[in-house]
Parts: sequence; structure tokens; C-alpha cells
Amino acid sequence: MAIPAFTLKNVRFRTILDIPRLEIRSGAVTCIVGKSGSGKTTLMKLLNRMVTPDSGTILYGDTPVEEIDPVQLRRQVVMLGQTPVMFDGTIRDNLLVGLGFAGRDPVPDDELRRLVDLMELGKPLDADASELSGGEKQRVALARVLAMRPEVALLDEPSSALDAGTERVIIDRVVSAAKQGGVTLVIVTHNRAMAERIADDLIEINEGRVDSPVRAES
Amino acid sequence: MNHILDISILQMALAFTYAVVLIVIVRLMGIPRELQIVVSSLRMTIQLVIAGYVLIFLFDQDSFWLILLVLAGMETFAVYNAIKRANMRLSLEMRQIIAIALPIGTLASLAFFLVVVVGGDAWRDPRYVIPLAGMIVGNAMTGVTLAVIRLVDGVRSHRGEIESALMLGATPRVATREIVRSAFDSAILPTINSMVGMGIVILPGMMTGQILSGTSPLIAIKYQIAIMLGIMGSVSFSVLILVEWGYRTFFNADVQLVVPAVDPQPKRKQR
Repeated sequence: MAIPAFTLKNVRFRTILDIPRLEIRSGAVTCIVGKSGSGKTTLMKLLNRMVTPDSGTILYGDTPVEEIDPVQLRRQVVMLGQTPVMFDGTIRDNLLVGLGFAGRDPVPDDELRRLVDLMELGKPLDADASELSGGEKQRVALARVLAMRPEVALLDEPSSALDAGTERVIIDRVVSAAKQGGVTLVIVTHNRAMAERIADDLIEINEGRVDSPVRAES
Repeated sequence: MNHILDISILQMALAFTYAVVLIVIVRLMGIPRELQIVVSSLRMTIQLVIAGYVLIFLFDQDSFWLILLVLAGMETFAVYNAIKRANMRLSLEMRQIIAIALPIGTLASLAFFLVVVVGGDAWRDPRYVIPLAGMIVGNAMTGVTLAVIRLVDGVRSHRGEIESALMLGATPRVATREIVRSAFDSAILPTINSMVGMGIVILPGMMTGQILSGTSPLIAIKYQIAIMLGIMGSVSFSVLILVEWGYRTFFNADVQLVVPAVDPQPKRKQR
């Protein structure tokens, strides 16, 4: 059996999380659902070490995360936060910003164009990112993660600013792009129906307690 | 040097007419500031009288150790004042950085000025060291205060951007680059701006003093030009150390953003 992308053992973080054991499969789509305040975002931030657990072990592949340089880890395990942040500049600048942070070469415009179309953004690459609507910013932020081709993408409520119709189209495209690229996808969402539709594995989190992931019927 | 007009105590006392006039004006206008005008005028007078005697004492002693002691006092006061004027809760680390950035930036600039620019025995002559140190340290203190405020405010108000950048794999340096730049810029701007009006509207204090005491205006402007550049050097050096080191204090060993809580109640108002 393949090594999981992440393995958590006896992980505790304050009174927020208590996870005896959890595995996140490599190359799969894992959705994390639960009430607000249940610790979904915190669980996600444990994976890219934006949060350090008080005790327990978190393995990325077969390496404990604390043995990996946090900056290097986050270049492979890229996270999109709940509120999409646009940096100063154009849509192009914002799509390339992650690659720039990692010191990687920018991808050519036709590839960026393809990502923009994939996210249904009818905007030129030279458009000022600060003038986009909330939903457009969210889609630029999603395209930015895809442009980085990470090993793992952690998406925290990636469709919160999208209407139901757009949400379905966009999320389905993100999922299929991830599957094609072999990207492990972890998505926090309050939308249970969506989670059940796209998830290979579903993690339910209840006041910081996590049961072993349920493999969704597909 | 031969036509310095000393003013008598009585003549100096007549200058307090200005304060009296101001008190009458605020009285008539119903502004309750009389006490403050009296206190600050007296305070200024007493402080300067003491400073005058201290300087006479220092000039008479001709001791290099005493000069160093005065410099240490100035630096201590400047560090204390910068921390106090930042008027926000600073981490211990940030205070330590202020306590290192100010002395290093100002002493390096002062040493260059005394040894290279002025030359001769200036480095051990209190008549040179103390006034020049006063100007250099005072300006650097203002610059460092501005930089600290901008840096801390910048990080506090851009948490979202910084964390986003970290989550996309940015190093702390890259994630705070804009904030560090703008803190540095806003700290050196007053110094740069002050040079623009020099000699046209403003005849700066040091130059005026030298001219009044009989120095040729041509010597006075040479000193003034040099000290303005020295001030610019000390401000930028101190501020550079502060911002380049200071942004690191907002990140822990796991490269997570740690921002000290905002002071819930602003410190009691001064003045």
C-alpha cells in the first residue's frame, strides 16, 4: 500500500484538537466537514505547520514535519486561506506570486490564460487584482495554487464567495485538474453535499475529535 | 570671534516678555494653558542653565572617559525615549533591537564624522563631540521611533497578507518586504525633507549658532552640510539595523507569524 500523504498520531493542540490517528491518502481528494469552530482550519494548518501541535506526531510521507524546513514544506504543501488575499498588481502578478516566493520560473502567459479560463474569469491578465469582486479573487487564488503545481493543495472554504452554480463548476474543475496533475487535495468546507459529491475520503470533525475518515461511495 | 555681544541676566529676563504676552493672549481667548506655559518656560530655563554648567564642567575636565560617560547617557536616554514614544507594547526582543540599533548606528556615524570629516583632535574635544552627538543621536532616535511604529503597525494590519504569503511558501523576509520598505522609507523621509528647505527658509540651529559666535558663514555652512549628511547617515544606518532585524521578531522558529496583542488601552496621554 502507498504511503499516505499525511499521518497524524496522538496529535493534540490546546483544547481545540485531539486526534488519536488520522491518515490522508496521497493523490486523493479529502474533504473535512464539521461545524464552525470545530477545528477544521486548525487541522489543516497542522499539515503545513502554520500551527505546531502541543504533542503527537505528524508525518508528511514518512518524514516528521518538524524535520522539514517549514518554508520548504509550504512550497510543496500549499495552502489557500479562508479569505483570498490579493497582492498588489495585476491578475498575472497574483498568479505568479507563489512561484516567485519559491524562486521558481514564471509560467508563460498561455498557461496562465488557460488557468484563468478554467476558473471562468473573463478578465485580461493585466487587470488590476484589487478591483476584482470577492468571487473573482477567490478564483484567482485557486488558479494561483494550480499554477504552482504543488504536491498537496490545502483549500480552506475555497468556494465561500461563489454562488451555488459557479461553485459546482469551479470546484469540479479544481478537482479534475488536481487528479490529472497527481495533486493531493484537502478541502475544508461547510457544504456537506459538495463534500459528499467530490470527496474520496470524508473527515468529520466534531468539537476537535476526529473519527477515522469515511471512504465515500463513488 | 571678537564681537560677541553677551546679554545680561536682566536682558535675558526681558525675553520672558514673550511668555507673558502669550499668557495674556490665552487668558483673553479663554484657553486654559497658562500653567503649562509657565511650567514649560521655567523648565526650559532650568534645564538649559544646568546644561550650560554641565558643559562648562565637561569642557574644563578635558577627560575622554567623561565624554564616553556622557555619550553612554545620551544613548541610554535615546533608547528609553524611542521605546516610550513608540507608545505601544513592544516585545522584549524589539526593545533589545532598539537598544542595539541606536548606539551602533549613531556611534558609527559620529566616529566617522569626528575622525574623518572634522579630523584633528575633534574626537577627544567635548566642544565637538557633545553637540554633534546630540544632533546625531536625537535625529536617529526620531527615525527609529517612526520605523518601529510603522513596522509594528504594518505587521499588525497586514497579518492576512503575511500569512497568505507564508502559506504559499514565502520566507519571512519576502512576506514582510513591503512593510519593511515602507517602515524604512517613512523613517528617513523627514530627514530627507528637512534638507530641501535648508538655507532658503530655514537657517539651521548649528549654523546660526556658529555665525552668531563669529564664525565665518562659509565655515558654518561647511559644518552644516557635513552634519546634515551625518544625520542622514546615522538615521539610515540605525533604521536599517532596526527594520532588517526587527521583522524577524514577528516569526517563531516554526516560521509562524506571532504578533503581540495590541495594547488594549493606550498609555496615558502625555502633555
